[in-house]
Amino acid sequence: MTTTAPEPVTTDTSDQPLLVVEDLSTTFTTERGPIRAVEHVDLTLDRGRTLGIVGESGSGKSVLSRSIMGLVPGYAERTGSVRFSGQEMLDAPASALREVWGVDMAMVFQDPMTALNPVQRIGHQITESIKEHLDYSKSQRRDTAIALLRSVGIPEPERRLKQYPQELSGGMRQRVVIAIALACGPGLLFADEPTTALDVTVQAQILDLLEAQQRERNMAVVLVTHDLGVVATRADEIAVMYAGRIVEQAPTETLFRQMRHPYTEALLRSIPRLDLPSHTRLEAIGGRPPDLMNPPSGCRFAPRCAYAQDRCTAEEPPLIDDGDGHLYRCWFPVGIDQPQTTVDSVVEAPHVRAPGDPQATEPIDDDPAPTTTEEDT
Amino acid sequence: MSALPEAPQTARGESNATEAALDADGPAPANAGAPSSGIGVGGWIAAGWLIFVVAIAFLAPWLPIDSPTARGAGPRLPLFTEGHILGTDSSQRDVLSRLIWGARASLIVSVGAVIIGLVVGGTLGLVAGFRRGKIDTALSSVFDILLAFPQLVLALSLIAFLRPPASSDPNVADPSVSLTSIQILVIALGIVAIPLLARLTRSTTLSWSQREFVLAARAQGAKGARIMIREVLPNVLPAMFSLALLSVGIAIIAEGGLSLLGVGVEAPTPSWGNMITENRNVRSAPLNALFSPIVALFFTVMALNYLGDAVRRKFDVRESAL
Amino acid sequence: MSSNTVRILKLILRKLGQLVAVLFVVTFFTFLLVRLLPGDPVDLLVPVATDTADPEQQKIIEDRKAEITADLGLDDPLPQQYWGWLSGFVTGDLGNEYTVSSTIPVSNAVSDALPPTIQLILYSQILALALALPVGVISAYRQSGAFDKAANVGAFGALSLPNFAIGLLLAYWVGVRLNPSLPEWINIPPQGYTPFPGFNAADWSFQANVANSVPDHFFSLLLPALSLAIGQYAVYMRLLRSDMIQTLQEDFILMAKSKGISNKRVLWRHALRPSSLTLITVAGLSVGALIGGAVVIEVIFGIPGMGSLIASSIIGREFVTLQSCVAIVAIAFVLINAFLDILYSILDPRIRNVRAS
Repeated sequence: MTTTAPEPVTTDTSDQPLLVVEDLSTTFTTERGPIRAVEHVDLTLDRGRTLGIVGESGSGKSVLSRSIMGLVPGYAERTGSVRFSGQEMLDAPASALREVWGVDMAMVFQDPMTALNPVQRIGHQITESIKEHLDYSKSQRRDTAIALLRSVGIPEPERRLKQYPQELSGGMRQRVVIAIALACGPGLLFADEPTTALDVTVQAQILDLLEAQQRERNMAVVLVTHDLGVVATRADEIAVMYAGRIVEQAPTETLFRQMRHPYTEALLRSIPRLDLPSHTRLEAIGGRPPDLMNPPSGCRFAPRCAYAQDRCTAEEPPLIDDGDGHLYRCWFPVGIDQPQTTVDSVVEAPHVRAPGDPQATEPIDDDPAPTTTEEDT
Repeated sequence: MSALPEAPQTARGESNATEAALDADGPAPANAGAPSSGIGVGGWIAAGWLIFVVAIAFLAPWLPIDSPTARGAGPRLPLFTEGHILGTDSSQRDVLSRLIWGARASLIVSVGAVIIGLVVGGTLGLVAGFRRGKIDTALSSVFDILLAFPQLVLALSLIAFLRPPASSDPNVADPSVSLTSIQILVIALGIVAIPLLARLTRSTTLSWSQREFVLAARAQGAKGARIMIREVLPNVLPAMFSLALLSVGIAIIAEGGLSLLGVGVEAPTPSWGNMITENRNVRSAPLNALFSPIVALFFTVMALNYLGDAVRRKFDVRESAL
Repeated sequence: MSSNTVRILKLILRKLGQLVAVLFVVTFFTFLLVRLLPGDPVDLLVPVATDTADPEQQKIIEDRKAEITADLGLDDPLPQQYWGWLSGFVTGDLGNEYTVSSTIPVSNAVSDALPPTIQLILYSQILALALALPVGVISAYRQSGAFDKAANVGAFGALSLPNFAIGLLLAYWVGVRLNPSLPEWINIPPQGYTPFPGFNAADWSFQANVANSVPDHFFSLLLPALSLAIGQYAVYMRLLRSDMIQTLQEDFILMAKSKGISNKRVLWRHALRPSSLTLITVAGLSVGALIGGAVVIEVIFGIPGMGSLIASSIIGREFVTLQSCVAIVAIAFVLINAFLDILYSILDPRIRNVRAS
C-alpha cells in the first residue's frame, strides 16, 4: 500500500505475520470491581511495518501494547491469543517471556525522565540486556553500547557511558531509552508515546530516529500515541482505540481519506492546524471517556457522539468490514470528504503550536457544543 | 503540541479511577483502596484499652486491692493465687496492686511530660511557624541544639542536674528546691519532648499558614494572633495529637529505661519501670513480677502507637512531618 | 568530571563548617551542665568535703578545695573556663574526679568504656540491617501477601516493645532457659561481657570458656545486640518496604523488566539501590535512639560500656565523668549524622546532581 514494504528476510517466518493478536482482552481486578481495559482486539503486523495505535488517555492503548508484550501486573487477566513468530505468548511462562523480552520484543517508554534508573550509569543500563541475552565479552558489550549510542545520535558516546541519566537532557535520555530497547536487535518494537514528554522541537527528531532505525533493522513497530498527526506519516496502518476497544482500523491512507467513525473524526478535529485562520477554536471532544467499570450500554462513544441515535445507546455495533481492510465499529458511519482532512493536508499542516499563539492550542473546556467550529472574537 | 484536549474540568469525578488506572501500567492493587473512615476496629480496641488503663490508674485508691507496699507474710505466691491473681513479688507484695499503682505513676510521668511538651513546644512551634523570620530562626536553632543530643542522654543530663544532692548530706541539701523523683522525671522528659513537638508543630503550621484561607483572612485585616489561633491551630492539632499519643508511649518507655539506670520513680512508690528494675535479675527474680509490668507496658505502648498511627492516617498527616 | 569533584568538595566543606558550629554549641551546653549546677561546684564535685569542727581537718579540706578550684579554673571567667575545658577535651584530658585524697583522671574510665559500646552498636546495626534487607524487600515484592502481613504485624509489635523488655525476655528465655541445653561450644550468657581479644590473630582462641576466646566475645554480645537490633530492624524494615513499594511502581522498573532480566535482578539491582540510599538517612536519624538504647541495654546485661559509666556516674554524682560521657556521646551523634549525610550526598547521584545544578 505504502512505499516502504520490505519483505521479511528470515526463513521460518517468511510465510506468516510477525505478530498476530486475536480477540485479546485484558481485565484488571480491583477492589471496586473488574476494569475491562482492553476488549476483543484483533491485530496483525508484518516485519518492517508500523502499526499506529491512537486514542485519548484512558482509552487502553498503553495497556494494549503492554498486554501484547505480556508486561502487565499479576492482577491483570488476559484472554485471547497473542502469537509472536507463530509462538503463543499469552500462556507462556515468565521464563519464556524473559527470553523474548529485550531480544525479540522491546519497548520504548513514554517518559525518559522516569524510564531510566536514576542510580545506575547509562552504560550499565544499556549493556544489561546484552549481558542477559547475548554471549558477549565485556569489551564487546562496551563497543556495542558505544555503537548504539552513536547510532541514536548521541555525541561523545564513550563519555556518556559513565554518566547518570540526570546529567542528560530529556531528548538525550529518550535516545538512550531507544538505544536500550534496540540493544539486542529486537524484531518488534513497542513505542509507547515516545515523544509525549518531549519538547516539540525534539519530537520530530526522535520519531525520525525511530523510523531510520526501523528501516535499517527491518523491525516491526507498534507506535502508540494520542496524536493522529504523529502516525499520519509514519504508520502503515492505524487502529483507533476508544474505551478499550478498537473503533476504527484501516491502512493509513484509507483512514485519512475516508474516516468512518465519529470519534476518529473528532480526534482529527482536535489537532491544531496552521492552515486555518489563527484564533480558530480547537474542538474539544465533550465529556470524558467512560468509566470502564460501568461502561455505557450500546456504543461506548454514544454519550459523546454528535451523531448518536437511539440505536447507538441500545445496541453495540460490531466491527464492520468495508471490504478493503477498513474496519469500523459504528451504526451510522460518517464519510468525511473534505480536502483538508486528507493525509497530505495533515502532513503539510504542521501540528505545532504557533509561537506567541498559545490560545490556538488550548482546548476550550466549557464548550457546550463541541462539534461546531466557531470564530473567537 | 497537538495533544488531545483535556476533558472539561467540571466532568471530573467518577471516571477518574479508570483513567488513573489506564494511564500507568494498570490500576493499583486491590488493597490500595480508599482509606477507611474512622479509626477502625483496632483503633477502638486500642482506645478501649487506654481508657481502661487510665481509669484503673485514676481509681487506684478506691479499688478493692491490697496496698502496693504492704509486705505479706509467708512464702511468695505464684500467679493465679486466690486473692492475688498475679501473685506476689519477692517481698510478698501483691503484683496486681503494684501494677495498678504503677500505672498511676507511669501515666503521671508520661502524660505530664507530654503536656509540658505540647504546651511549651506547641506554642513555640506555632509562633515560629506562623511568624517566621527572626523568631523562627532563633527558636529553630535552639530546638536543633536540643535535638543534637540523643534523647535519653539529654534526659539523663537533665535529671542529674535536677536531682537533689544525696540525702545523706543534709548540709548541702536545700529542702526548698528539692523535687520529688516524679516531678524531676516530668520536667526532664517534658524538656526532651519540647523540641520534638515544636518541630512538628512548626512545620505543619508553616504549610498551613500558606494556604489560601489564611491568606484570605490576612487580606481581610484579621489580626495575626487571631488567625493563628482561629484558622491555623485547629488544622495543626491533629498532627500534634498524633505525635502526642506516640510521645506518651515513648515517655512510658523512657521512664522504664531511666528506672533501670537508677533514676526513675523512687521506691517505695511503684511504677512499671521500677517494678521491672526490681525484678530484672532474670536468674532469681519471680517471673510474674517481672513479666506483668512488661506485658502491661507493651500493650499500652502498642495501643498508643496504633492510635497515633490511626489519627495520622485519618487526618492524612504527612509522615515526613513527624 | 573534575567540576563534579569540586562540587562535592564544596558540599563537604560547607557541611563541615556547619558541623564545627554545632559541635561548639553542643560541647558548650555540656560544659554548662557542671558549671550551672546549683551551689558551689566544688562542694558538688567533692561530696564528702563538708565542713567539720576539727580545724586541722578543716584546713586540709580548705586546701583541697582551693586546689580543685585552681585545677578547674573556677575563678576564671566562663568563656575562659570553657576554652580550657575544651582544649583539654580535644587533647584527651577529660578532667578528673576528685575525692578528698585523690584525683582520678576520667579519661581512663572513658577509654575503657568505649570499646564495648562501639562493639554493641556496631553488631546491633549489622544484625538489624541483615534482618531488615531481605524481609523488607520480600515484603515489598509480595505486597499484601501472607509474609508481608506477618512481617508488618511483627514490626509493629517490635516497635511497641522497648529494647530493655526485649533484653530481659531474651536474657531469661535464651540466657537462662535455653543456654544450658545448647552444645558446649555455644555459651550465651544472660549477663556479662567478654572483651574482644585484640587484633593480633595469634592471641585468638576459638574454644568456649577459655581466655581470649573469640566466640565467647560474640556470644556475650549476641543478646544485647539482638535486643537493640529488633527495634531498629522494625524501623528499617518498614521504611525499606514502603520505599520499595514506591520504587517498584516506577517506570524504570518496568523498563528493566522489559529487558527480559530476571525478577530477582530487577528487585535487587534496580529497585533496592535507590531505596537503600534512603535507608542511610534513617539510619542516621536512629543513631540517637540507638545510643540511648545502648545505655540501658548495657546496664541490663552488665556490659562495662559508656552506658554503665553514665549510669554509675549519675548515681555516684561524678559530674565530670558524666559531663565527658555526655559530650562524647553527643559529639559522636553529631559526627555520625554528618558522616551519613555526606555519604548520602555522595552515593546518591540524584542528590548529587540536584545540588550541583
